[in-house]
Amino acid sequence: MTRSVSTEPVGVDPRDQEALALEGITVRFGSVTALEGAHCTIRRGTVHAILGENGAGKSTLMRAAFGWLTPDAGTIRVHGAPVRFQSSADAIAQGIGMVHQHFMLIPAMTVTENIALGGQGRFDASTTAARIAEVARKTGLPVDPTARVRDLAISAQQRVEIIKALVREAQILILDEPTAVLTPDQATELLRWVRSFADAGGTVALITHKLREAFTVADYITVLRQGRTVVSAARLALSESHVIEALTGTGTGTGVTPASVEASTVGPTIRIADLATERRMVDHIADAPVLRLDGVSYVDARGVTRLRAVDLAIHPGEILGVIGVEGSGPRELLRILAGRLAPTSGRVTRPDAVGFVPEDRLHDAVIPTFSLTENLALAEGGHARGWMDWSRWWGVTRDLLATADVRAVGPDIPMATLSGGNQQRFVMARERRRATAALIVENPTRGLDLNASARILADLRTFGGNPRPAVVFHSTDLDEVLSVATRVVVCFDGHVAEVQSPLDPNDRTPYTRAMTGSDGAGDVISAERR
Amino acid sequence: MTEALLALWDGAFGSSYAIWSATLVRSAPLLLLGLGVALAFRAGVLNIGAEGQFLMGAISATAIAQSMGGTVPSIVMIPVMALVGALAGASWAGIAAWLRQRFGVLEVISTIMLNFIALASISWMVRGPLQEPTRIYPQSAEIPGPAQWPFLIPGQRLHLGFVIGLLACGIAWVVLTRTAIGFRIRAVGASPSAATSAGGIAVAGTVLRVFLVSGACAGLAGAAEVGGVTWALYEGISPGYGYTAIAVALLARLHPGWIIVSAIFFGALEAGASAMQRDAGIPSVVVQVIVALVILGVLAGSQRRVIAGAATLGAEGRR
Repeated sequence: MTRSVSTEPVGVDPRDQEALALEGITVRFGSVTALEGAHCTIRRGTVHAILGENGAGKSTLMRAAFGWLTPDAGTIRVHGAPVRFQSSADAIAQGIGMVHQHFMLIPAMTVTENIALGGQGRFDASTTAARIAEVARKTGLPVDPTARVRDLAISAQQRVEIIKALVREAQILILDEPTAVLTPDQATELLRWVRSFADAGGTVALITHKLREAFTVADYITVLRQGRTVVSAARLALSESHVIEALTGTGTGTGVTPASVEASTVGPTIRIADLATERRMVDHIADAPVLRLDGVSYVDARGVTRLRAVDLAIHPGEILGVIGVEGSGPRELLRILAGRLAPTSGRVTRPDAVGFVPEDRLHDAVIPTFSLTENLALAEGGHARGWMDWSRWWGVTRDLLATADVRAVGPDIPMATLSGGNQQRFVMARERRRATAALIVENPTRGLDLNASARILADLRTFGGNPRPAVVFHSTDLDEVLSVATRVVVCFDGHVAEVQSPLDPNDRTPYTRAMTGSDGAGDVISAERR
Repeated sequence: MTEALLALWDGAFGSSYAIWSATLVRSAPLLLLGLGVALAFRAGVLNIGAEGQFLMGAISATAIAQSMGGTVPSIVMIPVMALVGALAGASWAGIAAWLRQRFGVLEVISTIMLNFIALASISWMVRGPLQEPTRIYPQSAEIPGPAQWPFLIPGQRLHLGFVIGLLACGIAWVVLTRTAIGFRIRAVGASPSAATSAGGIAVAGTVLRVFLVSGACAGLAGAAEVGGVTWALYEGISPGYGYTAIAVALLARLHPGWIIVSAIFFGALEAGASAMQRDAGIPSVVVQVIVALVILGVLAGSQRRVIAGAATLGAEGRR
């Protein structure tokens, strides 16, 4: 397993020398295997993109490289020497720095104080600040050492994280989805910096969802799927369609030749649905839309634009599947449709009552310590007046348990005593009862086992009523969406676009392309190539 | 030791005087104060400023009684005192509620600080605007006859405030369990996120109203104490009732019905402590130790997060 450095060809370009090598990395969490023999060799002076879908193991692999977790099996080498990290401090000592998706900064402290944290010995603000200024100047990352982190924009906070790593003399930077929190301009700026850092001899591992980023900035690409490395090669040796095949698993192991891979990606295309397209699409549905967005935009509290001028119409009886990676807009889109979030601009047309099944069941949908009866009444808690007729609510609850097939002893037991699947069926039934016209469902199978998940999805498919309700359904699991939805839209970088169904119903390529923005539908990054 | 406990028992329940003129008289303010604390905690508001709200109620009730004079009949005077006391308590709590909603100031901090301001206000009042006419003692003049609340039993000191406390607990119990408003209060306290997301409940508005009602209960208790027991305002008018009230609420597990039992229990401890000090020569601080042990016992047996969070602060407030 362990190769020594001497097996590397002699006299190669120094850029090809390995900086960080991961081999046969296996990580298990209990009975779940997150990584199974994953491998990846990151060469000095290169940008190496790590691609994969949600749960493919990208972050887990990089956490192993940063010493956050110890792999159950496998070898890690830094600059050719085998290492065993007990903690991230060991990794930092080896010149590895990691910028996490959620920044590890203390908002009330200054940049200098944040960067000094975790250091040893005496803290002298002025020398630290001078060191920061020096690193900032050398690397071209402008930052004010005396500013408080909470006053900084997200992009500036990210620069602080990078400088924090560089001040600790990191030569290998691991960036976890760095552009997810940035505007397109900022993202372009960052990727340009990443490129120049590598050109100056640094090494970057770039975890990303976005195919286009990998293809514009990376020298090497590694694709993980279900905890295994499926592709690891120089970018120039790869085509986008090849990488998409690797990401989704279509084609691999089914004897598909490269030629047919290329051919299969020609057919289906994805378009941004401008309003005109949208209307054409739904012409065959006679009824007026139940839910409708006209030019809806949303900017969150941190100033990040989450939705950009979204037009969308949802009709009775249809199940609209919403796909998109975290942070690209599905969460905000669902909450605006459900009336839980007010858009920054634009017009929302929706019925008074819209059922909403939020992702975080125990936190947002039910009160675990309350009885089932009380949890049912909660749906009308906001506008109930006067006396609560608990005996009526008790009867309604009993009937609902029977019709929705929720397995519970009776209406009086606390919600917390139900299994996750039964809790979710209860919530779905309650929301259906509250709102007959429209139901918004977010990741309903989260935390549920296979059987419970299958029942929830079957419920979604078979909702009756006259007219049938309009259902908006989002799941991070693409297969779930495709198994339920009658129409699919994708969120990418705040845009919402309809995805045309491919001719082959088993072809997931157009959906993956749309989610990763590889059709150019979203932000086009034009980082300079050498 | 036995002698001490015997003295404690005698002082609390040993005679009809002990019951009707000591224990229950001390329980009267604890009923309303404990209820106020419990309501706030139920809605997730850690109001530990019952002491301050009680004192402001006492000040206001004294002031209104003095200024209305002896010519107004009791039937008018007593409701006015109760109303003014409740309003003063609600306003005092309202400051903390406003600070919480406008600036995000934690109410555990603001209510404690307001306690000190209320205490200082009494010191100023009894040496300034409300001082008795001779200007010798740091206390107010006795309130006029019609402002003195009626006793319930001839020859005993149990007063109208006790009945008001019982009624308040009963009403609160019905409201919490049977009405939409009570359901909202419980939902907001149990899970603000689910109350908002699933119930469409206006959390901020509910919290504000409960905070004000909680303060009103404490202010009313202050008015009842002046009208029913002391008939005058002075600095030591509360032996820490507002802090004992936190223990009352916690021992009752925030249940309005159990607050009656728990308030009488702590009232008996207070009454017994005085007797113990007098008859057995044991410092009443020993009772404070017992009270603290009771709170710790309740905590140890309790699984409820809201209680845990509040009680640590409550015990600290008692010192």
